[in-house]
Amino acid sequence: MIAETQTPARPQRRLVQAFVKFREIGIIVFIVVLAALVSLRNPAFLTAANFQDIVLNISILVIVALAQTMVIITRGIDLSVGSMIGLTAMMVAYLVVAFPGMPPILAIPLGMLLGAALGSLNGLIIAGGGVPPIIATLGMLSIYRGLIFFYSQGKWINAFEMPPSFRQLAKGAPLGVPNLILFAIIVALGVYYFLRYSRTGRDIYAVGSNPDAARFAGIPMQRMIFRVYLISGILCGLAGVLWASRFEAAQTNTALGFELQTVAASVVGGVNIFGGSGSVLGVILGAFLLGIINNALTLVQISPFWQLAAQGLLILLAVIVDSTILRRLQRITSRKSRT
Amino acid sequence: MSAPQPVLQVQHVSKSFGGVHALRDVHFEIMPGEVHAILGENGAGKSTLIKIMTGVHQPDAGELFLEGQPMRFANTRAAQEHGIAAIYQEPSLFPDLDIAENILVGRQPISRGAIDWKRMYQEASALLQRLGLALDPRTKARELSVAQQQVVEIARALSINAKVLIMDEPTSSLTQHEVADLFAIVRQLRAAGTAIIFISHRLDELFALADRVTILRDGSYVGTRVMTDVTTDGLIRMMVGRSLDELFPKQAVPIGSVVLEVAGLGVEGSFADVSFELHRGEILGMAGLIGAGRTDVARALFGIEPATAGTITLDGKVVAIKRPDTAMALGIGYVPEDRKEHGLVLAMSIADNITLPIVASFAKLGWLDTQRELAAATASATQLEVKMSHVEQQAGELSGGNQQKVVLAKWLGAHPRVLILDEPTRGIDVGTKAAVHALMSSLAAQGMAILMISSELPEILGMSDRILVMREGRLTGHFSRAEATQEKLMAAATSA
Repeated sequence: MIAETQTPARPQRRLVQAFVKFREIGIIVFIVVLAALVSLRNPAFLTAANFQDIVLNISILVIVALAQTMVIITRGIDLSVGSMIGLTAMMVAYLVVAFPGMPPILAIPLGMLLGAALGSLNGLIIAGGGVPPIIATLGMLSIYRGLIFFYSQGKWINAFEMPPSFRQLAKGAPLGVPNLILFAIIVALGVYYFLRYSRTGRDIYAVGSNPDAARFAGIPMQRMIFRVYLISGILCGLAGVLWASRFEAAQTNTALGFELQTVAASVVGGVNIFGGSGSVLGVILGAFLLGIINNALTLVQISPFWQLAAQGLLILLAVIVDSTILRRLQRITSRKSRT
Repeated sequence: MSAPQPVLQVQHVSKSFGGVHALRDVHFEIMPGEVHAILGENGAGKSTLIKIMTGVHQPDAGELFLEGQPMRFANTRAAQEHGIAAIYQEPSLFPDLDIAENILVGRQPISRGAIDWKRMYQEASALLQRLGLALDPRTKARELSVAQQQVVEIARALSINAKVLIMDEPTSSLTQHEVADLFAIVRQLRAAGTAIIFISHRLDELFALADRVTILRDGSYVGTRVMTDVTTDGLIRMMVGRSLDELFPKQAVPIGSVVLEVAGLGVEGSFADVSFELHRGEILGMAGLIGAGRTDVARALFGIEPATAGTITLDGKVVAIKRPDTAMALGIGYVPEDRKEHGLVLAMSIADNITLPIVASFAKLGWLDTQRELAAATASATQLEVKMSHVEQQAGELSGGNQQKVVLAKWLGAHPRVLILDEPTRGIDVGTKAAVHALMSSLAAQGMAILMISSELPEILGMSDRILVMREGRLTGHFSRAEATQEKLMAAATSA
């Protein structure tokens, strides 16, 4: 009986199943349609230069959205990412200005170390203190942002103060591709490998998919939860350094509100907001879609007053299209398997 | 060698939670290659005993011996490493992960520093094959039936070379065929020397499978018996401390006029051409294998997934039921199969759950009269003997049987004319079961028409006035109480 319930798959059903398994199909469809529409209005959209521009603009978003994704997979959320980026950007920028002789590459491990400290504080409060993630990180969002003001006394660090070598960190392209994009690619590959090929990575999915079962399976829950916030902090630290280098400035409002973009990129990319599932490819596509939307709204010359609303509308539309396509495909497969 | 030594021994173990004794001086031992049943009503301490053996809880007093060595499990992983695995009542798989990962979670094969997916799928396939489950190990757990999920859990236990396998009510959501398959697997494991602790409320299963039985009552040890030396009555007496006259207290009720008439009912893709009548005062049983479409019929009648074909006639009037609130307004109540997911809001209080379908009736000018609401809820809960500290307790804190009583209380307050019960006693203990049956019987006596879906044939035979059987989305049998037998029902439910 147990075995009989599985009917052999017919070819057309197998095709549909393959589509369902390829979770990212909905968002790809949306991206293609949107790109086609925009390039009809403005041919400048479909050029290599514009494409590189979009990718540059989303590189930092990809890095942080991947961190956010790992947190969301465990059924958590990290609202403090924007503040952590701002704080590390400010502190690293100060160090760079104070020690102009320092090799700029050192800024990277320094920023990540700082981020690790911030992230582990989040992790301690959530995993150790049992505070719900949304509350803990909402509090830390304000605290870290407040520390930026405290640390900088409200002053900004501007481009002319920074050594040119630091500015080259993100912008330079010794390998032909801007470093910033390389960083994003390295992080994406690293996160993919971690989530797919390490036990810790798999445990992250397990914890989010069924916390009770995870406990019964002997997965160290608290350590797991702590780790994702730590990783989030580390990647935000990296993002902070890249941010300061790319925009040649550290301001008190650096990355203000960035947490919403990271959540948007994750969710648009098919990460289940209730935990348990999400893929690196999906998140990259999600970030890419957000980048296209921003870029397109400028190219088709939508009034800046409307841009924010239009952006939100397109994000919602993308999620709806994605889930509708997914549901349709699932219904086809389930109906066929029942008869 | 001396006499065979128990694999696992529990001696003088006590455990209390917040001053309440869950276990008091309990003994238990199991030999290799033995199926040992643990029997007791809900709340007797079975779950606590299991959780001590699996390292979820640590005993306050007493000792555990593994192969003669004193042992203390700090956590579940420690117990697993010593070869103790458990399968819980509700399958505890990871729905988003595939079968292979569910089997090997935390122990994925690693080669050159990375998870070796190819080897993982090979190992999983080999285990599934041993258990006779022809499934692709890449299938996500969320796509599996309950029975398949259980086999995956057994595969997980096999993969850690479990010496002791604990099965907590593994059959409560399986059809008879699936139970037979499961038993074959259990016997195979026993033959291979695995010690199996088996918990079930279905006594016939224990007689079919177990070698010995240990009985618990109110957290205390009552005794251990060899299965061939005891009778059903004897076991029930040990379990409840008194003898149960009748597990199925069906009153003979004069059958009244037709309340509900269903003709040619169907939902595209799940069932078709279902026709029957339901009379006042009647309990109409609906038997069949899980997946035969019985629940889909109930869902169509209640408007959750509305019918796409056929007619529903209520008191002589043809009605269209497209939404649950329409069904409720027409006087149809539905107690779903999965009470945790569909029947109860676990995070709400008992009182709020009970008054949920009728909450509007406590409103005055749009505001709730909470005192009247609370009084009504207390009355219903008391009438059904829900074991609780107070009606404002969270429903999720109750035991399964008591949760089911709350679900019933919820519908009684709404005074439905037609009540659909889907697996009303699944996974609840004998004592509560009898109480639920008595309640059903008295509701029918008051003129309520009841449609009872059940996969337990004794329950169907014991409680129904008439019996329908479904198979693969069609009605395949119709029997009166007098002519129905277990064999006839099974034949209608299975034969092609």
